[in-house]
Amino acid sequence: MKFFNFHLMPYRHADLDAIEKNGSAWVTYSNRDYDPNKGAELYHEYLDQMELADRLGFDGVCLNEHHQTAYGMMPTPGVLAGALARSVKRAKIAILGRALPLLNNPLVIAEEYAMLDNLTRGRFIAGFVRGIGAEYHAMGINPGLSQERFAEAHDMIIRAWTEPGPFQYVGKHYHFNYVNPWPRPYQTPHPPIWIPSQGSSSTIKWAAQMKYTYAQTLAPIAVVARMFQMYRDEAEKAGYQASPDQLAWSNTIYVAETDEQAMREARPHLEALTNRFLKMPTEMLLPPGYSNIESIKRIRAAKITGKPQTLDDLVRNGVVIVGSPNTVREKLAEYQDLAGFNTSLTKTQFGTMADEQTRANMAAIAQEILPHFRDRLPQGKRQAAAE
Amino acid sequence: MTEHTTTKIAVRGCNIGLMRGGAGRPLLVLHTGGGAGQWLPYMADLAARHDVIVPEHPGFGASDTPDWLDTIPDLANFYLDFLDQLDLNSVDLVGFSIGGWIAAELAVRNTARLNSLTLVGAAGIHVPGVPQVDTFLCSDEQLVRDLFHDQKRADAMLSELKRPELEDTRLKNRTTTAKLVWQPRGYDQHLHKWLHRIGVPTLLVWGANDRLFPKDYAFAWQRLIPGSSVTIIPECGHLPQIEQRQAFIAALEGFLDNERAAA
Repeated sequence: MKFFNFHLMPYRHADLDAIEKNGSAWVTYSNRDYDPNKGAELYHEYLDQMELADRLGFDGVCLNEHHQTAYGMMPTPGVLAGALARSVKRAKIAILGRALPLLNNPLVIAEEYAMLDNLTRGRFIAGFVRGIGAEYHAMGINPGLSQERFAEAHDMIIRAWTEPGPFQYVGKHYHFNYVNPWPRPYQTPHPPIWIPSQGSSSTIKWAAQMKYTYAQTLAPIAVVARMFQMYRDEAEKAGYQASPDQLAWSNTIYVAETDEQAMREARPHLEALTNRFLKMPTEMLLPPGYSNIESIKRIRAAKITGKPQTLDDLVRNGVVIVGSPNTVREKLAEYQDLAGFNTSLTKTQFGTMADEQTRANMAAIAQEILPHFRDRLPQGKRQAAAE
Repeated sequence: MTEHTTTKIAVRGCNIGLMRGGAGRPLLVLHTGGGAGQWLPYMADLAARHDVIVPEHPGFGASDTPDWLDTIPDLANFYLDFLDQLDLNSVDLVGFSIGGWIAAELAVRNTARLNSLTLVGAAGIHVPGVPQVDTFLCSDEQLVRDLFHDQKRADAMLSELKRPELEDTRLKNRTTTAKLVWQPRGYDQHLHKWLHRIGVPTLLVWGANDRLFPKDYAFAWQRLIPGSSVTIIPECGHLPQIEQRQAFIAALEGFLDNERAAA
C-alpha cells in the first residue's frame, strides 16, 4: 500500500464557538477572525510537516482547494505545491484537486499543472474536482452549470496536454483562438489524473471508464467498499479489470501507545474537524443544480448535515482509524481487504491539532504502520486484480 | 370562480403547461421562480375582464426542460415565439419577479404584440446599496418567510408546501431558477442600458416591504422606462398578487382602464 500525507491546512486557531454561532466555518464565517501572524506561522508549520512526511518515507503529499473557509487555507493549492516542489525531494506531490468549474479560464490549470510536473520532474499527480457546493456560493459560479463546465474544462485541458499547439478550442463555456501552453507536461502523455469524489455514481462510472484513479473522500468504510466495488464493476463493463492501485481511500489515522491514549488525544481535534470545520447547512452544501434532483432528495433524506458526531461514532463506522499501533494495523488491513484499495490518503494533522502532536503522530505512523503495509496488497478476492 | 382550462402545448418542439380562462383582451401572466402553481384567486379575479393566459415556463413544473435553456433572455425569445404561435395581439403583459425580468427582456426586444407592460417585484436590474436577502443561502422555511410581510401568510404557505407530492416540482423549479439567476444574482448587467426602448405604457407594482427586491427597485425601473408609473402597496412583501390581492387587482385594473380610456 502507498501512503500519502494529506493536509487540509485548517486555520486551527479558529474560534470554535464563533463557528458554532455562525452555523458554519464556510462562506459567511467572517475573516475578521483570521490573524495573519498566526496564519503565516501555520503555512510554514504545515509545509514543514509535508517536508517531514517526505523524510519519514511517505510516498506522497496531498494538497487540495477550498474557498473562503477556516476549514482549509488553500484557495490556490498550486502556490503551496510550488513551495514544496524543491524541498520535497522524493515523494510525489498531488493536488486533489483543483475545482475546474470555478475557473472562467481553465487553461490556467493546464499551464499550472504542467509547470508543477516540470518542476517536480514528473512527481506530480493532477486531481480534478467540481468543488463542494459551498464553493459555488463563495465564488459566484452557477451550480447549475457545474457538471457541464467540469466536463468541458477537463476535455480542453487533456487536449492542451496531448495535442500539439496552437489549436483553436470552441466549446459552450470556453473559447480560445490559441491553445498552445508552454511548458508541456513532463510526464507522457500527461501527469496521472486522480478524481476525488464524495461518491457520485456518475463520477465513479466516468473515472472507471477513463482509467483515472478514484479517491473516496471522508465516508464510513462500508460506503467506501461499496463505491470501490462500483468502480470495479464499471471497469469490467468498460472491458478491463481495475487494479487496487486505481483506488485511494481518504482517511484519518492517529496512533499512540494505547487505544485509550490515542482516543483521548485525538478526540478534541477530530470532533472539531467533524462538528465545526466541516459543518454546514444543507442549502450551503447543496445549492440547486449542483447535483441532480434524485441525489439531492437522497442526501436531504439522510440529513447528513445536521447530526453531531462523536469520535466513537467515527471510529465505529470506520471513517477514521485511531488506536495503538496494533489496533491501527489490524483495522487498516481489515479495511484494505474489505474495500480493495492500495493507496491510503491519510490526514495526520486534523482540526485543531498542534504541531508537536502532529509530528509525533506522523513519526508513529511512519515507524509502526508504513513498514507493515509496504508490500501488502488487498487479500482474498481482491488479490487477483492486484498488479 | 371563473372557469379555466389546463392544457399542454408545443412551441417549436418544447412542451409547456398552459392555464387559460376568462374573456376579453389577452392578459399574459409570466410567473415567479416558484412556478405557475394552480389557478390562483388573483387569476380568477382578472379572468372576469380578461382572457388570462398563464404558461408554465420551460424548465418549470410540467413543462419540458429544453437543452437550449440557460438564461432569462432565452425565455424572453421563447415567449416571442409563443406570442407568434398563438397569434396574440394587444397583449397586456404582466410579469412577477423573474417573470417580470423575462417580460422586460421581451419588451426591450419587441413590443409589436403588446398593449402594456406590468412588472411586479421584478428581478432583472441591480440597484447599488440596497440590501437584499440571499434566497439561496437560507433554509426552505426562511425562503418562504422572506416572501411575506405578514408571517401568518407565510405560515399558511409553509403548511401548504409540506405536501410531499409537491417536492419534485419544488426542486425542479428551484433548480431551474438557480440556473437562470445565480450569477450575476438576479439581474443582467446589460438590460438597464436598453429599457428606454420599451414604448408601451408600463406599470410597476411593488410591495412596500419586499425583502427580495426592496421598493427602491420600483423607482429605479421607473427612471429607466420612459413614462412608467409606480404603485407601492402597503403592508406587503414580494407577492402583492397573493398577500394584498384586492389592492393588487385595483392597481392593475385601474392602470389598464386608464390606458384604454387614453387610447
